[in-house]
Amino acid sequence: MAQAVLKIDITEGFEGALPIAVIPFQWHGSVKVPNGDVSAIVMSDLARSGKFSPVAEKDLIARPQKLADVHYKTWRIAGMDHIVIGSVTKQTDGTYQVQFRLIDILKAKQVLGYNFTATDKTLRSVAHQISDYIFTQITGLPGAFSSRIAYVTLKRDKKTYKSRLQVSDTDGYNPQTLLTSDEPIMSPAWSPDGSQLAYVSFESGQAEIFTHNIRTGVRKSRSKSKGLNGSPAWSPDGKKLVMTLSKDGNPDIYVLNLADNKLQRVTNHWSIDTEAVWLPDGKSIIYTSSRSGKPQLYKQSVIAKSKPERLTYEGGYNASASVSADGKSVAYVHGEGNIYRIAVLELATKSSRILTDGPLDESPVYAPNNSMILFASQEKRQAVLAAVSVDGRQKQRLAFTDGEVREPSWAAVRY
Amino acid sequence: MKKLFFISVLALSIAGCGERIKPDDETTGDSNLDDAGAGATAGGINAGTGVGGTALEGGKLVSYEENAINDPNNVLSEKIVYFSYDSNSVSDDYVELVKHHGKYLSFNANASVRLEGHADERGTREYNVALAERRAQSVKQLMLYEGAGNDQISIISYGEEKPVAFGHDDESMSLNRRVEIVYQ
Repeated sequence: MAQAVLKIDITEGFEGALPIAVIPFQWHGSVKVPNGDVSAIVMSDLARSGKFSPVAEKDLIARPQKLADVHYKTWRIAGMDHIVIGSVTKQTDGTYQVQFRLIDILKAKQVLGYNFTATDKTLRSVAHQISDYIFTQITGLPGAFSSRIAYVTLKRDKKTYKSRLQVSDTDGYNPQTLLTSDEPIMSPAWSPDGSQLAYVSFESGQAEIFTHNIRTGVRKSRSKSKGLNGSPAWSPDGKKLVMTLSKDGNPDIYVLNLADNKLQRVTNHWSIDTEAVWLPDGKSIIYTSSRSGKPQLYKQSVIAKSKPERLTYEGGYNASASVSADGKSVAYVHGEGNIYRIAVLELATKSSRILTDGPLDESPVYAPNNSMILFASQEKRQAVLAAVSVDGRQKQRLAFTDGEVREPSWAAVRY
Repeated sequence: MKKLFFISVLALSIAGCGERIKPDDETTGDSNLDDAGAGATAGGINAGTGVGGTALEGGKLVSYEENAINDPNNVLSEKIVYFSYDSNSVSDDYVELVKHHGKYLSFNANASVRLEGHADERGTREYNVALAERRAQSVKQLMLYEGAGNDQISIISYGEEKPVAFGHDDESMSLNRRVEIVYQ
């Protein structure tokens, strides 16, 4: 099984997280598969979400294997809300039967239980599915552990430049390279169904927007006009791409209909307009514009001709928006002086809060369940990915073991 | 002699006391900045071969012979224009340099350049691509005023993707805010 190239450490937080005990699953008929330790994967997923505080294995007060072995009173006294038990059994055909039960200690009963069949190759994804089930049952939010993330890596020095577009599991395992280039690759964005990525590649000697099916490997050039071809983002129905083009003189926002290649111009202004993203209704976009002199965020309809509505006023640099799946909040880069941090704006109240410390945080993107924001950060001269819970209380870093990593994008679902 | 004539025009332009001449509409297509071309375009009537000179500027030779761009002693050997933070206007320090390259293009109709726009690492990636394209466009505009042809100049913007200095200090960042003039 492929090793993780991303190493994820939780660096801050736990406060307010829900206590849960994941009892190490018993393995029958097999030793643990390397990198396939199901209960350890579930534990680490839940911890990474920022919503849970799993008990360390060495601190477990008991290790029940069956429902009948669970002493509810003991767990209640220990302050535990939920425990997870399960097993992995090797079948004669070489597959594994994976079973888990989620037990609510206060209700003193099992609230969830599933059986899965897995192979050596799919054990990790089954574990992520279990994490999703547990996460959804307890928080009411959709789980996002079994989808995928995409990111761009870069190895460079004075002489060489090698960029890669990578796709991996959300915990950094099973990395696969979709594209390798001696020229920049930028701005990967998932299609809503998780089947395709749109991105910018300079491989032909100019900026060009591609869409790339991650399963078939088939890719299509979508825009190669004179000047900028940047910032692609899929409409919520997956039928359009909003993008930045400068073919008409200035960087402006356009919408490309993928079925008939019809291009609709949204903005027409001498300033820089770029980094457009969709609101979930598919009718409006939020983008960065320097029309006030400095980059600020604006909202505008793509359906009706309308004036842009300015969203940000504090500070001289507010850019690169990412909209939460419920359409209520916007994560963005907030620059003041030489410090660039990730902030969140509530669209209803127009109130904003700063979540990270900087100094060079960028490319924020919401996890599909809105619980976390993934972003790119500079740490001791190394470009890393980091994540922060939306309340700002929990932080983690995802360091790439070999070069720089940047521009994360988190698929809503696993295709 | 053509050579001598040309040197005299240059001297005027450098001294800044030449009579300002409105750039030729045919070569610029835009006359917003009437005073951008300080007279020197007048010398470009016979654009093409064999134009050269021996004027000196800052210890460097000023001439626009075809191979001048490869001469380390020529002003044209300087091929990078640096910018202030979040700015896309060519600063006074680099206006003359850009004009020399513009004139070279006007005298050498077969020459062409790619202007590569770059930004420092601060701010967002796509915004920086847009900003760096504007830097390259500012350089192009100045070159057009000097008589360079529109089709001699192409632009690509890399934003912050291709720094030359890898530090995070002010000096590294100032080296990265640049437009590179790359002869094709």
